[in-house]
Amino acid sequence: MRSILRNKMRSFLTSLGIIIGVCSVIVMVAVGQGSQEQIKKQIASMGTNLLMVMPPRGPREGNRLSMTDVEKLRAESSYLSAITGEVRLSGTYVVGGSNYWSTSVYGIEPDYLTIKSWAIKEGDFFTEKDIQARNKVAVLGTTVAAKLFPDEDPVGKSIRILTTPFTVIGVLKSKGSNAMGSDQDDVVMVPLETAVNRLTKNRKIESIEMSVVNEDLMDEAQTEVTAILRESHKLSDKADADFSVMNQSQILETASKTSQTLTTLLAAIAGVSLLVGGIGIMNIMLVSVTERTREIGIRMAVGARRRDILLQFLSESMILSLLGGIAGILIALSASYILRRFMNTPTVVSPAVIAFSAGFAAVVGIFFGWYPARKAASLYPIDALRYE
Amino acid sequence: MAVIELRGIRRQYVIGDITVNALRGIDLDVQKGEFLAVMGPSGSGKSTLMNTLGCLDKPGAGSYILDGLETSKASPDEFADIRNKKIGFVFQGFNLLSRTSAIENVELPLFYDRSGKKINARERAAAALREVGLGDRLDHTPNQLSGGQQQRVAIARAMVNDPAFILADEPTGNLDTEMSIEIMVLFQELNDRGKTVIMVTHEPDVAVYCKRMITLRDGAIVSDTPITERRNASEDLVSWREKNGHLAQRNRT
Repeated sequence: MRSILRNKMRSFLTSLGIIIGVCSVIVMVAVGQGSQEQIKKQIASMGTNLLMVMPPRGPREGNRLSMTDVEKLRAESSYLSAITGEVRLSGTYVVGGSNYWSTSVYGIEPDYLTIKSWAIKEGDFFTEKDIQARNKVAVLGTTVAAKLFPDEDPVGKSIRILTTPFTVIGVLKSKGSNAMGSDQDDVVMVPLETAVNRLTKNRKIESIEMSVVNEDLMDEAQTEVTAILRESHKLSDKADADFSVMNQSQILETASKTSQTLTTLLAAIAGVSLLVGGIGIMNIMLVSVTERTREIGIRMAVGARRRDILLQFLSESMILSLLGGIAGILIALSASYILRRFMNTPTVVSPAVIAFSAGFAAVVGIFFGWYPARKAASLYPIDALRYE
Repeated sequence: MAVIELRGIRRQYVIGDITVNALRGIDLDVQKGEFLAVMGPSGSGKSTLMNTLGCLDKPGAGSYILDGLETSKASPDEFADIRNKKIGFVFQGFNLLSRTSAIENVELPLFYDRSGKKINARERAAAALREVGLGDRLDHTPNQLSGGQQQRVAIARAMVNDPAFILADEPTGNLDTEMSIEIMVLFQELNDRGKTVIMVTHEPDVAVYCKRMITLRDGAIVSDTPITERRNASEDLVSWREKNGHLAQRNRT
């Protein structure tokens, strides 16, 4: 114990590995769990009656969703209160006034507003008529409006998306950033038909989003939507679906699975640094055993048993790693507080993670302290006493 | 009563292809209250004998009865306990823990005491230090003490567990004449109070303060004689200081 205090600088540097390791594990997991929480909250706030149709994941086949599918669903389903097809063109250049801006362009139908609970701040949203007529009208998110028309009212102005001119008919109410921290107001919305015909090449839509009239009818609605689409795609009974219908909880699951994978990955990387910290402790303990061979000899001469020496060195390495662990936890707690408070990053520090990393630090201390301690304990008293 | 009974102790070392017979059958009895000097040129087996007596090393053959107990079959842990309770070590190089106060050094054997007796380690260590004249230096670390003082701390450490005998290995080897005599005063005092002292040395000047002297050569005892003209260390110290007063003064500071 005293030898730890005697070598303050060395002890600190040795613990530093553990401090950093523990700290990064906790912070990484905190950030990961924080964003997971936020995703859950956000998806929950969209309402629990949401259904979504998407092309299947993976490279198996191309997307077969089309406008026809949307029309069929609209016409035949009895459980849907709102439906919209959707295409998204991210990183699209939009020119307006004397400015330009790279943003996401959504091709959607008016129901999108209700499904995703958007609201209009100024002007109007486009109507079913605009869709049918493939009118070149656009509604801007507040971020895009501010970038293109910083000093004037954008409503009535003309903008160009890629090469096509559009007229701005409205501005959306701001929604702020989402769980992943991206700005939801950085968006331009145009009628789906217009987008499909003017802005995309393959004339496919990317997803269909629907609201079900009643939450209790989710299962029925999902079955019905699946049936309608299978028929529309002329799939035989045995064929795999070339689309997937997901409800709220399934979307949630997918989203949190993704962020869980990310969290695990981050924690694993941080865990490696904990391991490296442990090796640092082993290294220092080995040096310390060599350096203190004479001391070991003296202790043995006055009656220390092997176990006494073993425990002495083992407890030293354990104390080092435990102190490091405690310091790491404290730093991690303040770091995640700072992230949450001042940097707008959601963080959730769970007691389980703290317990786990503290326990892991102690285990690292024992594991990497064992070998040097054994080495010290197995010295012969005469050799140790004679050691120069 | 014999504190130590050695019978036919042998010890061989194998260094590479060569086998060294360090001890070739040592028979030795040491009675309680003796003050024994072990002399001999280097390579005579002094150190090996001392390691054997100190239970730091197992003899290859023979029997070693310490304080009535056969030790040659002891396990390393039993050896550790024997060292802790029966033997007080004083080394040539002092062998104190550096950066550790005098009193903590003296407490060390008590720290490893497993007898389970309730002992006030601090008090006993302080008493031992007072006995060697360092009552005012309890919290000094070895590098704040002179060589003579360090050796006295070591002697205090050797006595603190009230061992069966004190085993000193060239205790004056690193000290000047005055300090050497001081240490011998201490040993004579201890011996007068009944402590058994065994001292390994190659200096005849120091051996004359003992009561009995054995000489080793080639791993065997070649002579075992009582010291007839035993000197009194306290008297020598007084006369030496009178003769070298100024020098002593300088060394003190």
